[in-house]
Amino acid sequence: MFTSDVLIVGGGQAGATAAITLRQIGFGGSVTILEATADLPYERPPLSKSYILGKRNFESNLIRPARFWAEQKISIFTNAAVIAIDPARLQVTLTDGRVIGFGNLLWAAGGTPRRLTCPGAKLSGIFTLHDKLDADAIAARLGAPRRAVIVGGGYIGLEMASVLRKLGHHVTVLEAQERVLARVAGETLSRFVETEHRAHGVEVFLNAQLRELHGTNGEVTTAVLADGRELPADLVVAGIGITPLVAPLLEAGAAGGNGVEVDEFCATSLPGIYAAGDGARHRNRFALNEWVRLESVQNATDQAITAAHAIAGQSKPYAALPWFWSNQYDLRLQSAGLNMGHDTTLLRGDLAARSFSILYLKEGKVIALDCVNCTKDYAAGKPLVLNHARLDVVRASDNNIPLKEALAS
Amino acid sequence: MVDLIVIDRAGCEHNFKATPGKSLMESIRDQGIYDIKALCGGSCSCATCHVYVDSDTPLAVMSEDENDLLDGTSERQANSRLSCQITLIRGMDPLHVVIAPED
Repeated sequence: MFTSDVLIVGGGQAGATAAITLRQIGFGGSVTILEATADLPYERPPLSKSYILGKRNFESNLIRPARFWAEQKISIFTNAAVIAIDPARLQVTLTDGRVIGFGNLLWAAGGTPRRLTCPGAKLSGIFTLHDKLDADAIAARLGAPRRAVIVGGGYIGLEMASVLRKLGHHVTVLEAQERVLARVAGETLSRFVETEHRAHGVEVFLNAQLRELHGTNGEVTTAVLADGRELPADLVVAGIGITPLVAPLLEAGAAGGNGVEVDEFCATSLPGIYAAGDGARHRNRFALNEWVRLESVQNATDQAITAAHAIAGQSKPYAALPWFWSNQYDLRLQSAGLNMGHDTTLLRGDLAARSFSILYLKEGKVIALDCVNCTKDYAAGKPLVLNHARLDVVRASDNNIPLKEALAS
Repeated sequence: MVDLIVIDRAGCEHNFKATPGKSLMESIRDQGIYDIKALCGGSCSCATCHVYVDSDTPLAVMSEDENDLLDGTSERQANSRLSCQITLIRGMDPLHVVIAPED
């Protein structure tokens, strides 16, 4: 039986970072990554941006060039999906029946994109955007002018809308809630982003439920909303979130539900088994110590670094500041912190000038910020969010006063 | 090719030739040097590829975004750059690069 001192399930951002970190901090044991797809570790964010636009090739998306992994004695098994974990025997079983042993296991399998379940959802021309295959499949349909319907007004859906508009396609975004980005942004940013998309020719339908999809010869042609409206649609992209891929861990007895629970060292409740990334539910000090799952490059990377240190016997707790970014049209969105529980929002700058930032405060302390084309505030604000600095609300609302000079006296 | 001399955070010197057209960030990362995180993939959205660069030839002009991001680091020096924003060009070598401390 093949055995690896550290076995990493998932070759995405978290899995790759953990392997690299183990070598960086001098871990000399064997390290193996099991990746369910055929691809070496690559960055996902460009998939919905420059990659699908054709401005960036796949080689540039690779987290490291192929030769790096061999040089570092990191084994990568592709097309290797785990279906079961035996925590007592320290073994995993793959879908093809292979059994692999481990000293420590790091679960970094991410999630699977939620798919549409309405009538017609199996027609051809309907996609999610989660991995390279998805992006390639969508890109392959963009040779002809399309009438695209995007289900979900979150970051993936909106980035997709931006890319499709840039390429000249007709785009409608269906958002089930009463504003876009409802899960992550405050209302001001939601309305601004909605207005921008409309100005770029995107039709945005709010409070809109997809009822069914109709097609001809197996190809989608029409989206029907709950209120009966019919939209021509020959390309449908669902950006409706992910389901954390943690079933084998939970079946093995790990604590969890929506994701697998980890402590501040990214350890699960099963001895020797760690988790990092989209599927790792953790208490986050930037979420008032509530349990959260964060789906971001920052979280995947920093949790992987935390887990690698713990596995190598150099434990240090996870305390990294969450941050996010998005690019839509000529908008550079940058966020830091988590705005849950805020009681005040402050706007700096001018929405009409398309350069502003929004500060989220709780009891006078800044807990998060969203910046649009305003890197200055993002850079200056990050350390303030990290320290939950107390702000002078009058000065902090004045765009002419640098943010770092807006601390409460 | 472009000659690079890169000092990593442990103080180790790496001398190697990099391909023109690639960014300095990609070249350092692809050489197997660990210290460059480059979390935003080179889109000038973070500052995790911060380096100090000395070059005899002028480098690409710094954008306002890059300048602002560098301002947000506690380790900025006169020769600070985000390595993702420097495209290697034949003739710009040798480039002397020191990877900045982690913020």
